[in-house]
Amino acid sequence: MVKIVFIEHTGEEHAVTVKTGGSVMQAAVSNGVPGIDADCGGSCSCATCHVYVDSAWLERVGPVNPVEDAMLSLSADRKENSRLSCQITVTEDLDGLVVTTPEFQY
Amino acid sequence: MSKVSAHSASAPSKWSMVGKDPYAMPLADIDLSHPGIWQANEYLPFLERLRNEDPVHYCKQSAVGPYWSVLKYKDIMEVDTSPQVYSSEPTIGIVDTFEEFTLPAFIAMDPPKHDDQRRVVQGVVAPTNLKNLESLIRHRVCTILDGLPVGEEIDWVKQVSIELTTQMLATLFDFPFEDRYKLTYWSDAATAIPGGGIVETQAQRWEAIQECLAYFTRLWNERVNREPGNDLVSMLAHGEATKNMPPMEYLGNVILLIVGGNDTTRNSISGGVVALNENPAEYDKLRKNPGLIPNMVSEIIRWQTPLAYMRRTAKVDTVLRDKHIKAGDKVIMWYASGNRDEEVIPRANEFLIDRPHARQHLSFGFGVHRCMGNRLAEMQLRIVWEEILQRFHSIEVVGAPELVYSSFVKGYSHLPVVIHPR
Repeated sequence: MVKIVFIEHTGEEHAVTVKTGGSVMQAAVSNGVPGIDADCGGSCSCATCHVYVDSAWLERVGPVNPVEDAMLSLSADRKENSRLSCQITVTEDLDGLVVTTPEFQY
Repeated sequence: MSKVSAHSASAPSKWSMVGKDPYAMPLADIDLSHPGIWQANEYLPFLERLRNEDPVHYCKQSAVGPYWSVLKYKDIMEVDTSPQVYSSEPTIGIVDTFEEFTLPAFIAMDPPKHDDQRRVVQGVVAPTNLKNLESLIRHRVCTILDGLPVGEEIDWVKQVSIELTTQMLATLFDFPFEDRYKLTYWSDAATAIPGGGIVETQAQRWEAIQECLAYFTRLWNERVNREPGNDLVSMLAHGEATKNMPPMEYLGNVILLIVGGNDTTRNSISGGVVALNENPAEYDKLRKNPGLIPNMVSEIIRWQTPLAYMRRTAKVDTVLRDKHIKAGDKVIMWYASGNRDEEVIPRANEFLIDRPHARQHLSFGFGVHRCMGNRLAEMQLRIVWEEILQRFHSIEVVGAPELVYSSFVKGYSHLPVVIHPR
């Protein structure tokens, strides 16, 4: 089991424990973490599961893929550490991952 | 339920499927493109048969030529998210465009040009900006609702839906408020079929579009020499990817923003009233629990599906569910069908304001062309219903709604209602 911490834009924290293999988006949605809409259900085509990855974790999370990049470019709130959480697979390596959710999803 | 307006195209067309039984004709003869069944509110069984029996359907002959129909939710998702296979160029409408009547706009462009142009204007409807607009929208909604007569018949389309969305558009463009009804007319004319009630001829339609261009050129010229502002015209005039665009491209993008911000939200405001009247148990549920409003807003947008389809054009030969689509073929994604696909949306033909996963509908499209104003639309609908519940017991539909003559815009031209006080 792997622990993931979601921090809302207000600072409120939600720590969840999930199995490996799913996505970070699923970890949020299945545990009722607010701030993630996931309108498309996880197929990288709506950009409503946007998160900011804590800088300490960026390297382990890996690079943005091209489709994700196109979808993220639709958000005016995109930053250097923006990712779509449906595109991050939960692995043992990510135990303790910290991400922040934006105030708004697009 | 619906009736054909006296102003609608009355000449019977050989292409119309009105009054026909979709189950009593060969599959190959089914044609969804003609506006008849959409205006007559008879389209659902046609969609249902194709979805179940031939979900990627080829219509060989129609008034708009041959085209493919994509009916299932997941197939629509695949087409919508594959711009390298299914292009948005040259047009997203079912009718092929003629060069002299073609308006370029980013909705009908592929990446990367699409992305560059869209990025210029998307900030105006970004949630961060919307937060600042919420109190203004609420104030305008309250003024409109407070001015409505209670206990007598009114036209909800004219007095609420059009009024509110037009005021909103004027705000986003910083368009002279007293001239705001011009926006409604240009929007209607831009998507109108000549003879369908809005304009009589193609020339008249073009005249409206030219008038729109002249007006917006004046606004551009005023703003291009001023400091950049937060309205859409100023954003286009100062944006790196848009400041040098030719006049017709400016016009195309303006019309895209007018139509996108007008028809769709307007018809969802009306559609919600119709849906709640057809489902009184849901209306009771809403009165008991106004907290359901945000979820209901998504359900209204699914149920109404204000744009029935988007068109793509195959760029290469491809295969979808064993059907061989050739480069250059016209491919129509029927959102109105995908939103009723039981394989993805359980009890899809029911209107359920507390539906789980209500946000997972197709009405906004998916992929890089996903509706830019979706959050603004949701906010407007949410505020409308919050303020309605504050004031009224019910809005009762007292006559047949009149639907527009279009297989693209699923909308209402008239909705007679009586408001009952709390």
